[in-house]
Amino acid sequence: MESTIVKSVDYNAYFGDNHVVKNVNISIPRNHVIAVMGPSGCGKTTFLRGINRMHELIPNATANGQILLNNEDVMQMHPIFVRLKIGMVFQRPNPFPNLSIYDNVIAGYKLNGISLARMDRDRIVEESLSKVALWKEVKDSLTKKGTFLSGGQQQKLCIARAVAMQPEVLLFDEPTSALDPISTSSVEELFHDLKKNYTLIIVTHNMQQAARVSDQTAFFYLGELVEFDDTKKMFTNPKDKRTQNYITGRFS
Amino acid sequence: MSEATIENKGIALSDSKLGVINSDLALIQSKKGVRRLNRQIRTENTFRKMLLLMGLIMILLVIGILFTLLLESIPSLKALGLKYLWGKTWDPVQDIYGAYPFLLGTLLTSFLALIISIPFSIAIAVFLGEYYPKGWIPDFLKNTVELIAAVPSVIYGFWGLAVLVPMVRSLETTLHVDPYGVGIFTSSLILAVMIIPYAASLGRSVIQMVPSSLKEGAYALGATRWEVIRSVIIPYTKSGLFAGILLSLGRALGETMAVTMVIGNTSIIPKSIFAPGNTMASVIANEFTEADKPVYLSALIELGLVLFLVTVVINMIGKRVIRRFTNE
Amino acid sequence: MSQSVQYRIGISRIVRVITIVLAFACILPLFAILFYIIKAGITRVNWSFLVNVPKPVGEKGGGIANALLGTFLIIIVASLIAIPVGIMCGVFLSENRKSRLAYWSRLCVDILQGVPSIVIGIIAYFWLVKPLGGFSALSGSVALAIMMLPIVIRSTEETLKLLPDSLKEAAFALGMPFHRVILKVIVPCGISGILSGVMLSIARVAGETAPLLFTAFGNPYLSANITKPMQSLPLLIFNYATSPYNDWHDLAWGASVILLVFVLLLNISTKLITKRWKVQL
Repeated sequence: MESTIVKSVDYNAYFGDNHVVKNVNISIPRNHVIAVMGPSGCGKTTFLRGINRMHELIPNATANGQILLNNEDVMQMHPIFVRLKIGMVFQRPNPFPNLSIYDNVIAGYKLNGISLARMDRDRIVEESLSKVALWKEVKDSLTKKGTFLSGGQQQKLCIARAVAMQPEVLLFDEPTSALDPISTSSVEELFHDLKKNYTLIIVTHNMQQAARVSDQTAFFYLGELVEFDDTKKMFTNPKDKRTQNYITGRFS
Repeated sequence: MSEATIENKGIALSDSKLGVINSDLALIQSKKGVRRLNRQIRTENTFRKMLLLMGLIMILLVIGILFTLLLESIPSLKALGLKYLWGKTWDPVQDIYGAYPFLLGTLLTSFLALIISIPFSIAIAVFLGEYYPKGWIPDFLKNTVELIAAVPSVIYGFWGLAVLVPMVRSLETTLHVDPYGVGIFTSSLILAVMIIPYAASLGRSVIQMVPSSLKEGAYALGATRWEVIRSVIIPYTKSGLFAGILLSLGRALGETMAVTMVIGNTSIIPKSIFAPGNTMASVIANEFTEADKPVYLSALIELGLVLFLVTVVINMIGKRVIRRFTNE
Repeated sequence: MSQSVQYRIGISRIVRVITIVLAFACILPLFAILFYIIKAGITRVNWSFLVNVPKPVGEKGGGIANALLGTFLIIIVASLIAIPVGIMCGVFLSENRKSRLAYWSRLCVDILQGVPSIVIGIIAYFWLVKPLGGFSALSGSVALAIMMLPIVIRSTEETLKLLPDSLKEAAFALGMPFHRVILKVIVPCGISGILSGVMLSIARVAGETAPLLFTAFGNPYLSANITKPMQSLPLLIFNYATSPYNDWHDLAWGASVILLVFVLLLNISTKLITKRWKVQL
């Protein structure tokens, strides 16, 4: 396998007494698209949110074990550093409603109080929007509010916002579940381009999507990582009985 | 607060450690960037503590108010004891202090005001909540009623003095009672107007919460609108309406200026509702700056303490009732 | 139709008419007050009324410049205290919905909202006037600030509670520290609600007299020194309205018009702002 960028070692996550992610060990290779799938309530989103320490924002949520990013444990870092290096895109597009499209893209800098030269700002906005294939559509309306865009465009804007921070890993929490089919396919197309520069971890409950976009797939069931393998192999010849049941639709 | 505890680990990180972790991050690889992030972490922790402090300040404020009132009431409690509360004479010149005239004045004005205002506030609540919930006329009525609460009480008092007092005086003349004009009755009239919005707006919102299935059930049995209001809406919302009336009462008890201006300010026990009198709030307003003896001042503060405790209890009961109603 | 049904429908109609009449009867006193005060006071209001101080009894003319300046200064200082504290406390309550401290804090804000204004005046007297050795505008400002707090806190808390969590998550995911998430994202998104609370609280205390009786106390002269007694519009109205002199009554009517217009405009514009400025989420 290629070089590992994210690795979890005996990672456990809890909501109060509720053990939602159980002893997960996984090594995620650099510059790949990884799909994380499983029935709802299987802990896949919790695991994803654990990677950039978003899990802890929920009251009563705790976690233990290690999440290594380039061999450094993110659990020992300050969450701010972790989140600067691991970007995240959410289920529903959530551009900042009080900011323009332009300001939304550089929100990570602007709202963090990092001053940039005008030229750098313009460059980052253009690059980031180009990377998500949104630049052509919005370059004439950069001063409009982000919420003015369509759902799919808003989600791309949110991806651009994460990309603008130059993270190494991008986490997606069911990024297309709130989008219509056309927007969904345009967002899915992005994943292929984005993996050149970033490692993408995508939580999805849509098996077809996992099969379409990912190189590797992880299957979670009842808080455990059941199987992690090349997507093709997983969908044609799963090793575990539970994976097979899930793929063939015996439970959902 | 779970994040705060976890994030506290972050403060321990030294500059150099941060530098290593983020060596490849263009943003913060410079020394300046690391310093900036460290500063942010410190600010973040200070900010959390500040928020906590603000929450604490509110508690301290209320405890402080109670404590101050208690402390300053001690001279009067010591000198006069509890019988102060039902002492019938208030004569600071003779050093005789009895709060009964003011307790009576407060109760009379407040309850009279409540009785006058209830039909009106219930009518508004039913009108806005049931008959006409939408449209520009109800909107107008709703906003206007809210403005009633916005008019400063000193203006109510001034208007009462100029307009209401002569009117009450001529009423008193026709009724053949002593035509003071000022007095308990006049105060109650002004208070009634002032407290209408409180019960009305709460009443409106509870009436709007009545499930339409309940009303439809009654209509389906052939009930008229009035019968639905009487036998479905009022019983269903009675605790909410009660809470609204309690909040109105709380307002009436503590109202100072308008009452002070039209009640007549006498410490003699009122013989009828047309007689002048004083309420707890109005006697404090009138005599606080004149109180030259420690016991005199302390006796006034004890009235403030009673007023504080009574309004707090009434408001708390009212809010508890509303909370229970909205949760059901 | 049987007679009893007709009778019941008739009763229902009568009740409806009574309800409508009673409901609209309530707004009569408001309009009576507005009409009377404007009629009595509007002729007094002119430029010299606004820029002069009151004249002694017997002399014609004079204005309310001292009360205008006083009201303005007292409210500014009260706002400087109440707005930051109130917003921060509102943020605290909306961020800590379940903690014990927040529970007690919320309870105390509820209590504070019901405390009669005269009691607040007593408190400010003992906390500031007595230790500082005399009546002062500052002590009046503190009294008013205590009255503003619950309104600012509740409106901030209620507004922020309505903002979706996704907004906060978006900000945290960009590596923003907590204080920036709050100050740069959460508060700006809820600004219309917070602002309306602030404006309402100002409208509420602008007409308060009772807390100022033993604090700001009043002052017949123009003064901008917040450590000294200061006049305010409601105090002036109270003192002059209860005086036996007609000249002073006239002055009080004029002041009432100004105060009433100010307070009502503030209330009405608050309503308009909340409608217009709402951030689209």
